[in-house]
Amino acid sequence: MTTIISSKDVHLSYGNFEALHGISMDFKQNELTALLGPSGCGKSTFLRCINRMNDDIANVKITGEIKFENQDIYSPKTDLVWLRKEVGMVFQQPTPFPFSVYNNIAYGLKLAGIKDKALIDQRVEESLKQAAIWREVKDDLNKNAQSFSGGQQQRICIARALAVHPKVVLLDEPTSALDPISSSEIEETLLNLKHEFTFIMVTHNLQQASRISDMTAFFMNGDLIEYGTTSDMFMKPQKQITSDYLNGRFG
Amino acid sequence: MNPKTANKVATAGIYALVSIVVIILIGILGNILVSGVPHLSWHFLSSQASSFQAGGGVRDQLFNSVYLLILTMIISIPIALGAAIYLSEYAGDNWFTNLIRTTIEILSSLPSIVVGLFGYLLFVVQFNFGFSILAGALALTFFNLPTLTSNFEQAIDGVSQAQRDAGLALGLSNWKTIRGIVLPAALPGILTGLILSAGRIFGEAAALIYTAGQSGSTIDYANWNPFSPTSFLNVMRPAETLAVHIWKVNTEGIIPDATIVSAATSALLIIVVIVFNFGARALGNHLYRKLTAAKAS
Repeated sequence: MTTIISSKDVHLSYGNFEALHGISMDFKQNELTALLGPSGCGKSTFLRCINRMNDDIANVKITGEIKFENQDIYSPKTDLVWLRKEVGMVFQQPTPFPFSVYNNIAYGLKLAGIKDKALIDQRVEESLKQAAIWREVKDDLNKNAQSFSGGQQQRICIARALAVHPKVVLLDEPTSALDPISSSEIEETLLNLKHEFTFIMVTHNLQQASRISDMTAFFMNGDLIEYGTTSDMFMKPQKQITSDYLNGRFG
Repeated sequence: MNPKTANKVATAGIYALVSIVVIILIGILGNILVSGVPHLSWHFLSSQASSFQAGGGVRDQLFNSVYLLILTMIISIPIALGAAIYLSEYAGDNWFTNLIRTTIEILSSLPSIVVGLFGYLLFVVQFNFGFSILAGALALTFFNLPTLTSNFEQAIDGVSQAQRDAGLALGLSNWKTIRGIVLPAALPGILTGLILSAGRIFGEAAALIYTAGQSGSTIDYANWNPFSPTSFLNVMRPAETLAVHIWKVNTEGIIPDATIVSAATSALLIIVVIVFNFGARALGNHLYRKLTAAKAS
């Protein structure tokens, strides 16, 4: 399988505090990679480097290299709008905009320069179907997206991210604010979609990682400790500390 | 005292304190409305104020108050919104931002009579506007800007960081995120700030006495040419508002029915503020729905 994203020696520091001490890892296309580790280990920070969400933080300094399809995303020539269209993101808290469901999805499409109404309609329906929320919202497309339940809002946000046809979707603890039933619906959605997209997901839920991810990376204190296939990582981790964490002995 | 009794005492205390607030408010409002509303009549609303005899109305004062409010809002909303967006979205956490915030706080506690005298010296005398609606509107803008700016800033700050992140993650520029997502989300709060300061402006007298003047010229509501001295739209004409009228009939008025006129005017002022309050809320809800759940456009 082809590598879609590769990072080389990525360091990130806020002022004098270095949060990432040189992360090098490759992500394969159409796989779901889980980033695990205790709170504050740098996994979310690293995730946010991949679509340059850390750029606007005060005093942040990022060195090293992240390539998306062999293009250095931190090069001054990179168009942020393009990058974020290719690399979408879903957050921990559902973040629907205060618009209708339809406009939430259409917003990104219009931004990407799509003006054809029929095409927008079709993409809205397609992405809501992909996110497994179409049946629940198809009669309420003009209703405010914030009036739905948390799980529904999160799937609307997934649909919004998918609508612009990204190649990679970053998920920052997408189910940690949701109840177990909504969480399992989202897991199922991701499983069904991973043949079309590449997912990189930060999670605190070890069972979730073992259920749906192909690859697992274990972070601690700003270092990538171990990275391998999910079955290897859970069944025969190379390092004691990985084994301790994955078996719930700390964290 | 055992916890149960303590809880009961605290609850009783809180109820007693809130009753004091409610009683005072109902007392004031009730007193004004009861003594004023019986004297409100179509004649009172539609006739000019009288200088000597009883039976004058407040037609021009009512119009002037509304006109001044609208002009002040037209001038101050864009400025306050711009400043609030800067403070909330762009300003770094440094001495300069702190200086701006401190200045705003100091300005918002400035007595309105000081703003009025400042407006008199600057607009009326220095710029030679004379006693005029324009001078009044500018003085009210000075008076209003600090509060409006901090109200707007709070409303914008209230929009969660997650919403901004989501906008940026979709590839929106900073400005597009602010305009397309943050401002619509902040609209209810922005509107509340607007309503609060509109009430303050509408009831303001001290800042206007030396700027918009205390007497009205003869005005003609059929004259739509804003440059004509008799036109009701002319911003260079002196204009007395409802609040100034109340002050005036009570201090130097020589009309025999001064008590009745001021009671009726006070009631009218409060009613207009209430109507404005509900009107602005209805408009705001309509706007919010339009912005947030509109048909695809």
